[in-house]
Amino acid sequence: MTSFDSQTTADPVLSVEDLTVQFPSDDGLVQAVRGVSYQLDRGEVLGVVGESGSGKSVTSMAIMGLLPRTARVSGRIDFKGRNLLELSEKEMTRVRGSGVAMVFQDPMTSLNPVYPVGDQIAEAITAHHDVRKEVARKQAVELLDLVRIPNPQQRATEYPHQLSGGMRQRVVIAIAIANRPEVIIADEPTTALDVTVQAQVLDALQAAKEETGAAMVLITHDLGVIAGQADRVQVMYAGKVVEAGTVDDIFYTPRMPYTLGLLGSLPRLDIKSERLTPIAGAPPSVVNMPPGCPFSPRCPMAADICDREEPTLEPTTDGRHVSACHFRDDLAGREPTDLFNPTSVDDAEAVAAGEKNE
Amino acid sequence: MLAFALRRLLVSVPILIVSTFVVFVMVSLSANPLSTLITRNPPPPQQTIDAERHRLHLDQPLLERYWNWITGIFRGDFGPSVNSTTDIGSEVITRFGVTFRLIFLAMIIALILAIVVGAVSAVKQYSKLDYTATFFGFLFLSMPSFWLAVLLKQAGISINTAVGDQVFYTIGAESIYVQGGAWAHFTDVLGHMILPTISLALISYASWSRFQRGAMLEVLNSDYVRLARAKGLSRGVVMRRHALRNALIPLTTVTALDLASIISGAVVTEKVFQWQGAGTFLLDAIAQSDVYVVEAWLLISATFVILFNLVADLLYGVLDPRIRHA
Amino acid sequence: MPEPSTTETTAAKRQDSKSGAVEREFTVQERGQFQLVVRRFFQHRLAVISLVLLVVIVLLAYIGGWLWKYGPEDITPDNSEAPSLEHPFGTDAVGKDMLANVLRGTQISLQISVLVAIFSTVVGTIWGAVAGYYRGWVDTVLMRISDLVLTLPLLAVAAVLAHNVGGSWWLIAVVIAGLYWAYVSRVARGVVLSLREKEFIEAARALGAGDGRIIFRHLVPNALGSVIVNATILVSIGILLETALSFLGFGVRAPDTSLGLLVSSAQTAVDTRPWLFYFPGLFIILIALTINFIGDGLRDAFDPQQTKVRA
Repeated sequence: MTSFDSQTTADPVLSVEDLTVQFPSDDGLVQAVRGVSYQLDRGEVLGVVGESGSGKSVTSMAIMGLLPRTARVSGRIDFKGRNLLELSEKEMTRVRGSGVAMVFQDPMTSLNPVYPVGDQIAEAITAHHDVRKEVARKQAVELLDLVRIPNPQQRATEYPHQLSGGMRQRVVIAIAIANRPEVIIADEPTTALDVTVQAQVLDALQAAKEETGAAMVLITHDLGVIAGQADRVQVMYAGKVVEAGTVDDIFYTPRMPYTLGLLGSLPRLDIKSERLTPIAGAPPSVVNMPPGCPFSPRCPMAADICDREEPTLEPTTDGRHVSACHFRDDLAGREPTDLFNPTSVDDAEAVAAGEKNE
Repeated sequence: MLAFALRRLLVSVPILIVSTFVVFVMVSLSANPLSTLITRNPPPPQQTIDAERHRLHLDQPLLERYWNWITGIFRGDFGPSVNSTTDIGSEVITRFGVTFRLIFLAMIIALILAIVVGAVSAVKQYSKLDYTATFFGFLFLSMPSFWLAVLLKQAGISINTAVGDQVFYTIGAESIYVQGGAWAHFTDVLGHMILPTISLALISYASWSRFQRGAMLEVLNSDYVRLARAKGLSRGVVMRRHALRNALIPLTTVTALDLASIISGAVVTEKVFQWQGAGTFLLDAIAQSDVYVVEAWLLISATFVILFNLVADLLYGVLDPRIRHA
Repeated sequence: MPEPSTTETTAAKRQDSKSGAVEREFTVQERGQFQLVVRRFFQHRLAVISLVLLVVIVLLAYIGGWLWKYGPEDITPDNSEAPSLEHPFGTDAVGKDMLANVLRGTQISLQISVLVAIFSTVVGTIWGAVAGYYRGWVDTVLMRISDLVLTLPLLAVAAVLAHNVGGSWWLIAVVIAGLYWAYVSRVARGVVLSLREKEFIEAARALGAGDGRIIFRHLVPNALGSVIVNATILVSIGILLETALSFLGFGVRAPDTSLGLLVSSAQTAVDTRPWLFYFPGLFIILIALTINFIGDGLRDAFDPQQTKVRA
């Protein structure tokens, strides 16, 4: 199905193969992730973009082994020569926080309100290393300094509610890198924060990456963050990867209508554009999916084949730039405005109705 | 922390003072202590009635009565009882001593059971254990305390008859005559406490365990528990250090709020098991319209509840740093 | 590579027939809020069974009691008889039919509890809502009064007040309600406090809505769920308190009867004449249990707690 050979690289630290995650629900089987595969190279930053429900978070939770018990998972997740999906819970606790670490979305609720932040960082250290509490606490202060928190000695004794949102998120980052993990998964780390604070957190994330040499999976729906941080990008839609490539590939030569749509809805300073072009409609429900490409109801290029056959990921501009679209080659040199309706704020109805092209 | 404690204390004092006034007025207006005397057959001479009226301060206006009562309390004088030989102050303290040991033991047992069952039910949500615990929780919540008490008492009697020996004590707080020293006395008291304590504990347990289950579920689904697991901590450590620790916080408030209704429950339990505690003391006093006894009773009980709530507030502040800095 | 125009035309054509699909994405079956709640309630099997059972009990108490050949005070020549076809719940020492008495007791207990629930809910909700809405010293004063009531053991206070009020059932209800409103006011205040911070209230205010309009058009409908659930639970608590009061002798008194009074008379007969003890108790338990389950079902219907699946 998927051509792996073109994607195999020299030094993958994490390798996800054909990952599928399903949840039984009252309405049917929810196909949250439908055969996702990718590789993460040592030290690289992989940006994962997608709307809510695209399966990007579920994928990371599967890697961490933090899915609810009702989840049905299949596939392989290779990390340091072992398939994480086959590990026992006890073995997984040794991987979590030391081999693979995670930064979560909402800093206001990620920290335990009853313990000082320094202790919570120290706890991450003592969970994996046999050191005395005082030693761990000292390391915690150093970590706070690393993530650019001023006055770290004092802050370490404070409780989460005494810190601002940006600072709390940096504490979460400090916890994630406490044991020098090889992979850091950051799930929408800046979404819940103000734009000005975002920069601080991204800086801290950058510092963390440099200090540990870890590879990072940066999940976000914000293309601006991707542009600034990622080496490679993966676009997800309805539980599958629909395009993957380097940051330049995706931003300058996108080969999937959804990617084009995403780019068109983003204000750009580097390319002259007249108006924004949002994508009409909403992501499909991932329960009882019809055959064919999941994007076809919203795709301006959709043809009959799109409803019959779901496209597979095939190389486009080069071996490592893949896209899942029957018309991938037709998209060469296209602008978002070629496909999607530019719109103004007054034209909400037109957007909702999904009118024809001009 | 100290500032927080002082603030809570300052708030409690006015409540207590106002409540003494409300209690006094309400009780004095609702009952006439002379009623038993007046309805006696043959009716007593007017002189006796007037003398009684004077002794019970009924010839004074209400506010003056209140003032005398309140100031008298500081001197240890709780006022005159309908039974002229009773010293209300010492009697009410003794009686409450008996009742409080019942209440405390019942609360501790109910708390421990509720925390354990609530936590386990939440962790193993939707399991057979969860459904069974929920069912029994609902059952005991719907069961009238007096019915349960009578049932337990009867069960105790039946077991005693079947075994042929006094396994369960069903009457009174202690035996009238106990051979032996302090230990024998202690076990005798304990033996008398078993059935009433179970009876009183079961209903509190039912409501607290459901509450605890809810609190635990909420905590288990929280972001910080998820982060704790992502750190690589074992399930047990996450459960104890992160989940349970936070889930216990709201329980302190609930326990304190329920104290007043547990006292009500103790009144019923004492009646059934015929304890000479505060409960039966109150019931007798109401029947006799012995207003000063009732007022003293309500005052002591209100003071106790307010004090307990204060302690619970402080404990909450200790457990939850966010309150301390508010 | 096809010419752009052809692709565009094809795409445009597709768009025509596709707009139906897009619309289907958007069209959600419109169900009113009320219908949604009702539908969710009926998915709760236990709550529905309890509702049916409760209706049966109520019908039995009123219609059955009316139709039954014996009244609660009729003295029959059969003393202390075990349950039989003639007397399905047996008779007591004087010869009164227990079925009639239990049914009558059920009527009285139900009447009192419902009255208590309605009265306390109305008073308590208004009290708590005003306190929560206006905050400041209004809040402080109102809630201190409410707290004061709650520091007293309600059974004790109810006994004191009811003792002199006499045994008529609706006065008992007034006494109990006069104490329970404090519980309701706390809950109502909490609900209002959490609601008033929500954005839709700010939005309403920004559009120029006055206090009254905000309270009635926005706060009340959203608080209704909690209020109804609470009122339901109050009925069950009311029954337990009323029967306890009657058990102690301070509630409903002769010539009326209450389930609590029946249990009180049967205390010594648990072994010898168990039907006198178990039937009244069973009815109390059934009523309280069914109401509790219904309340639980209502709570889920108004505010479903779904297990979070983190996507």
